Amino acid sequence: MEILDKLAVLADAAKYDASCASSGAPKRKAAADGLGSTTGAGICHAYTPDGRCVSLLKILLTNYCLFDCAYCINRRSSNVPRARFTVDEVVALTLGFYKRNMIEGLFLSSGIVRSADHTMEQLMRVAKTLRREHGFAGYIHLKTIPEASPWLIEQAGLWADRLSINLELPTAAGLSRLAPEKSDTTIREAMGHMHARITEARAERRRFSPAGQSTQVIVGADAATDTDILTASDGLYRRFKLNRVYYSAFSPIDHASGLLPPKPPPLAREHRLYQADWLLRHYAFSVDEIASTSADNMLDLDIDPKLAWALKNRGAFPIDVNTAPKEMLLRVPGLGARAVDKIVAARRHTTLRAADVARLTVSFRRAAPFLITLDHRPGALTDRADLRARVAPPKQLSLL
Amino acid sequence: MGVTPVTLGEGADLDGFRRAVRRLIAEARPPDAVVWQTDGTPSLFDGNRGEAGADAPPISLPRAAADLIRLVVCHRDPERYALLYACVWRLLHGEGALLDIASDPLVARLALMEKSVRRDLHKMHAFLRFRRVTDDEDERYVAWFEPEHDILEETADFFVDRFRRMTWSILTPTGSLHWDRETLTVGPPGEKSALPATGAVEAGWSTYYASTFNPARANPSAMLREMPKKYWANMPETNLIPDLLRAAGSRVETLMSNAPAPSRKKDPAKAVARMREDHVRTLADLNAVIAAAEPFVTGGTRAVLGEGPLKPSLAFVGEQPGDQEDVQGRPFVGPAGQILARAMAEAGIDRDACYLTNAVKHFKFEPRGKRRLHKSPTAGEVRHYRWWLDKELDLVAPKLIVALGATAVQALTGKALPIIKTRGPFDFNGRAGFVTVHPSYLLRVPDEAAKREAYAAFVEDLAAAAALARNPTARSA
Ligand code: SF4
Repeated sequence: MEILDKLAVLADAAKYDASCASSGAPKRKAAADGLGSTTGAGICHAYTPDGRCVSLLKILLTNYCLFDCAYCINRRSSNVPRARFTVDEVVALTLGFYKRNMIEGLFLSSGIVRSADHTMEQLMRVAKTLRREHGFAGYIHLKTIPEASPWLIEQAGLWADRLSINLELPTAAGLSRLAPEKSDTTIREAMGHMHARITEARAERRRFSPAGQSTQVIVGADAATDTDILTASDGLYRRFKLNRVYYSAFSPIDHASGLLPPKPPPLAREHRLYQADWLLRHYAFSVDEIASTSADNMLDLDIDPKLAWALKNRGAFPIDVNTAPKEMLLRVPGLGARAVDKIVAARRHTTLRAADVARLTVSFRRAAPFLITLDHRPGALTDRADLRARVAPPKQLSLL
Repeated sequence: MGVTPVTLGEGADLDGFRRAVRRLIAEARPPDAVVWQTDGTPSLFDGNRGEAGADAPPISLPRAAADLIRLVVCHRDPERYALLYACVWRLLHGEGALLDIASDPLVARLALMEKSVRRDLHKMHAFLRFRRVTDDEDERYVAWFEPEHDILEETADFFVDRFRRMTWSILTPTGSLHWDRETLTVGPPGEKSALPATGAVEAGWSTYYASTFNPARANPSAMLREMPKKYWANMPETNLIPDLLRAAGSRVETLMSNAPAPSRKKDPAKAVARMREDHVRTLADLNAVIAAAEPFVTGGTRAVLGEGPLKPSLAFVGEQPGDQEDVQGRPFVGPAGQILARAMAEAGIDRDACYLTNAVKHFKFEPRGKRRLHKSPTAGEVRHYRWWLDKELDLVAPKLIVALGATAVQALTGKALPIIKTRGPFDFNGRAGFVTVHPSYLLRVPDEAAKREAYAAFVEDLAAAAALARNPTARSA
């Protein structure tokens, strides 16, 4: 098979994995005879018409797979065309695209062929070849196979910026129904080992997956609720200090398994989960607080979870921009973490008016009913029955 | 006092602005007494214009102000210099914390300008595409880009850091950058027509771009928000977008109407089961893995593997190979190994009947002139090697494991334990063991009498370990 044909097959096969970011790596520059750098923040080099960014060359090494996970296009019982790259082919593609500034690096995953170790070793060798033989200093993310021998993961961590292990389904029951060969226990143990290695390497200033570990959870392929999903994520953030949990709305795939629901979930659900996840990680919300605003443990699709929480807890508002503690400002709909930082810095020197706050956020209209400034009081507005209608965006036309 | 006109070069004339500010501040000109203009001379070529003010004393500004100025001078707004000067004036006249007050109208406006420049930089980093000019070894690349602001020089470091070993040029309508792997040159405006044709890599990229698009999630407005059409001209993949979007609807319909496919493959339950077992099963397999692997410590030219028969009554675990071991590729051949051999003989242990290995498989050292100075592995490094040691001992299956020294104990238990207190019989997570000192310790005991004593104790330990291996139940006796 021609390399372009393989590329078509193996990029298509990888497009369902949402973990595409190139962020979190320490800043690096190419050595004199090397190639590539990382900026810390990550760069999106293009956007596909599905609105997602292209930051990394995201491909599978092969889409042959021994496993039969119902939600996956690459499962062994699927009738898709198959292909496999050699190590050198992946290296050549990565360098060719990188030199033209099309990508930040490589995100390499694979179906499980022959054995977990064989597969993991191939993945590791791609990264090793890029780093060792080509002085490649761009971003490398490897998907690891939880069943692989620990020493292969150790080696992978020497070359990769980030390693990930996909949880795929938030509950053990869901996993055993849809991914019969996978084991929730094995996956979580692998995440635990990874966490221990990352922590230790940081303490000793050794290189091991410096951008940490992440995972992906598929949304809407089984009966798990948003609360189930967020509870799982929260546990992963706490126990294994994961850098990111990616949510991927289960997408219709060709030759779908009969075990899957006939229709994909609304994409808005994935978006709300990302927002809720953000609240967990950056705004000190608890899963319970978020869950308390949902009906049947599903997030409201019409308004974002922070607004939903504020509407449910109107008693806590309005708060005074000039005196409220930072933690409360962070809970005001329409005020992002950056706006809050600016408010906290500015109010040390001055007393803020409505127009001042409006200069610090693009969504002052949304924040106004929850805020008091020197010249603005929402008065009864905060308690009005139609507040939701007044602050909610008119209609979610396009999400993501 | 009349109005002072200041003339700067076109584009981002940071040097000219700096000099002008020094002079204006030295002369105490308030912002409304200054008129800023540009004279059409591109600043790119001339770092030395506006000599006046070159000797005015430098002024010190907060770090954040310096960053703000550097970026805002790149903005194409003709008011940029006036706004920046007003800001500098206020910073120096009683409002030192001005930049903290993001709600101030001037600060807010400058912040928006800075944001716009940053975004432009980011887009240039992202959407600029190099094309290859030459095919020989000496690769040369060219790119064409039309930034919104005068960011060309500001962006140079990014491209140099990233594409250091390539020779490249970046052409824009206002100037150009050229990197020859050593020096960066700023040149005159370029022409888009100088861009070479696209080649196989661009074709590959288009294939990739089309394949990574998921038609079930088509969302062109989200795409346009991040990648407005003005950038499309630089990017070969964008001409695929209309077709991809047009076909998306029908592709999804086909997907959804395709009935679940019955598997054509038979259930490879056996293959999957075998896969699970398919970890290394022999010591030779394991050794092949270790030999091929990267050292986890600095130094080590090769992995020094364990040696000896399977199912021995004793296996000895040392710390790590030393200089001699690294040279010869065999464990315990250096000075410490010779002491061990002697002590074993005195304790009545046949060295050839024992298995000898190390907790860490590579020699960790620091070069000091011609010498290679041994360095102890860290706890984390020891743990890296533990997987191998564990597997190795599983496969070797000795009756008893003798841990020589603290590192070995740490590798076998996962904990740092004091040797003197632990010395004697020990249980290594279910494996029968014995803890004693590392023979290299005997080399380091300073006075002769103490050395003899330590050596005798070591021989005694080895004899006790051998007895324990022969008769495990005698442990408590
Ligand atoms: S292991 Fe499961 S999820 Fe991974 S490629 Fe194979 S079938 Fe797909």
